[in-house]
Amino acid sequence: MTGAEGSKVLSYPDELKYTKTHEYIRVENGNQAYVGVTAFAAEQLGDVTYVELSEVGKKLKKADKFGVIESVKSVSDLFMPVSAEIIAINDRLNSEPELVNADCYGDGWLVKVKLESSSELNDTLSADSYRAFVVE
Amino acid sequence: MTTAQIRETPLSSAHRRAGARMVDFAGWSMPVTYKSIITEHMAVRKGVGLFDVSHMGEFVVKGAGAHAFVQYMIANDVNKLSEPNMALYTQFVMPDGGTVDDLIVYRRENDFLLVVNASNVEQDWNWLVGHINRFNDVSLENISEKTALIALQGPEAHSVLSAVVGDWIEKIPSFCYGQGIAEGVKIGFGRTGYTGEDGFEIFVDPDSADKLWSVLLAHGEHLGIEPCGLGARDTLRLEAALPLYGHELDDVTSPLESGLGWSVKLDKGEFVGQQALLKQKESGLSKVCVCLQVEGKALPRHGYPVLKDSVKIGSVSSGSQGIFVGYPIAMAFVPPQYATIGEKLAVEIRGAAIGATVVKRPFYKRK
Repeated sequence: MTGAEGSKVLSYPDELKYTKTHEYIRVENGNQAYVGVTAFAAEQLGDVTYVELSEVGKKLKKADKFGVIESVKSVSDLFMPVSAEIIAINDRLNSEPELVNADCYGDGWLVKVKLESSSELNDTLSADSYRAFVVE
Repeated sequence: MTTAQIRETPLSSAHRRAGARMVDFAGWSMPVTYKSIITEHMAVRKGVGLFDVSHMGEFVVKGAGAHAFVQYMIANDVNKLSEPNMALYTQFVMPDGGTVDDLIVYRRENDFLLVVNASNVEQDWNWLVGHINRFNDVSLENISEKTALIALQGPEAHSVLSAVVGDWIEKIPSFCYGQGIAEGVKIGFGRTGYTGEDGFEIFVDPDSADKLWSVLLAHGEHLGIEPCGLGARDTLRLEAALPLYGHELDDVTSPLESGLGWSVKLDKGEFVGQQALLKQKESGLSKVCVCLQVEGKALPRHGYPVLKDSVKIGSVSSGSQGIFVGYPIAMAFVPPQYATIGEKLAVEIRGAAIGATVVKRPFYKRK
């Protein structure tokens, strides 16, 4: 998306929760959720070439590292927004890592998780708070 | 740099109009990418791309003593420039064999033009000034502020320049220099570049740079021209195994160690650094630069250890995805006994030893 002056307009859907380390979490059916990186992160990384993720069954605490995302220019660690168990990883990223750039909130999701408890969601950022955080 | 102020090139407003992501590089605000590094990289390999490299430095050396002075300062042989409008790649070498900078020397009708790295302009200037008193009738001028530089690169670069300046440019050989008019704008250009493709580096007055940039983009539109940032410039030069100062060359790395022996002429007569390079050649090099094809998908990066049988023997100087060749690539320094083509080494990436094979330089060579 390109604005009039060429500046990129990045979206942060209201129904998601965000972290200061630029992950999002989309809660579905009570205690299951998708985790990915935000449009801001995807934009900063540039062309994603490789995503390395923890395996299914791994139980992680909030802020634990669950993988690494590499782009042509840089490499970044990925951190869990909340304590959770990984119940699926996005296999499509093996052959199509560019999905993270093309559709970070949709087909470019990283892992599906089962939440340990929903209370930690209160510590994440709303879309408005995250937007304010990244424009700072 | 002694100044903390970030400088802008004459094309900064063009970059902002195009939605470039800007970064600070060597004291300059430069575009790192416009659309994406992969898009820009592939445009240059398959069609044509346009780069703002106005941050680079330009010095003019004039006078009856200019030839002798340049010859004394560089490791290549200036006599290879047998007539005006020829250019060569070379380095300034320190008395201990370390490298001050790498550069292109153009012999023009009445002077020499030296194009140096942005990050080294001040160091290079002081280096040249420090040796100039040995020579009579030489003047040195830093024209960096008065010069914008635009690189037009790729297999279709000639089509664009031809359409703008005239088809006589087709006859300019590689590493030669020409002058022309592009829609009223006076330009000088070398058939040179830093991408592994055919192309041109075009010198223009800063006041005309924006116009020239637009003219070249317009004439390249039907060929899919892309404005390209420093990101693609780096991935392109790495695939072509071209050295980057601060990575494959620095003050403790000689051009011989960096694999640039082809550009070092030890028997040409006296030059700064000659004795150290002769000694290196006689007694053997302690490290050499190799090209590594790396397995898997994780990317090798600057500083990562290079291993042989789990023991660290060297480190990566530059690494990335080889965007055109399609696998991770690295340049690395290792002791010469591990530099044979086919040698099996490993790169340590986040604690894991990832297989890597020494391959022929460069990774990519144009047909």
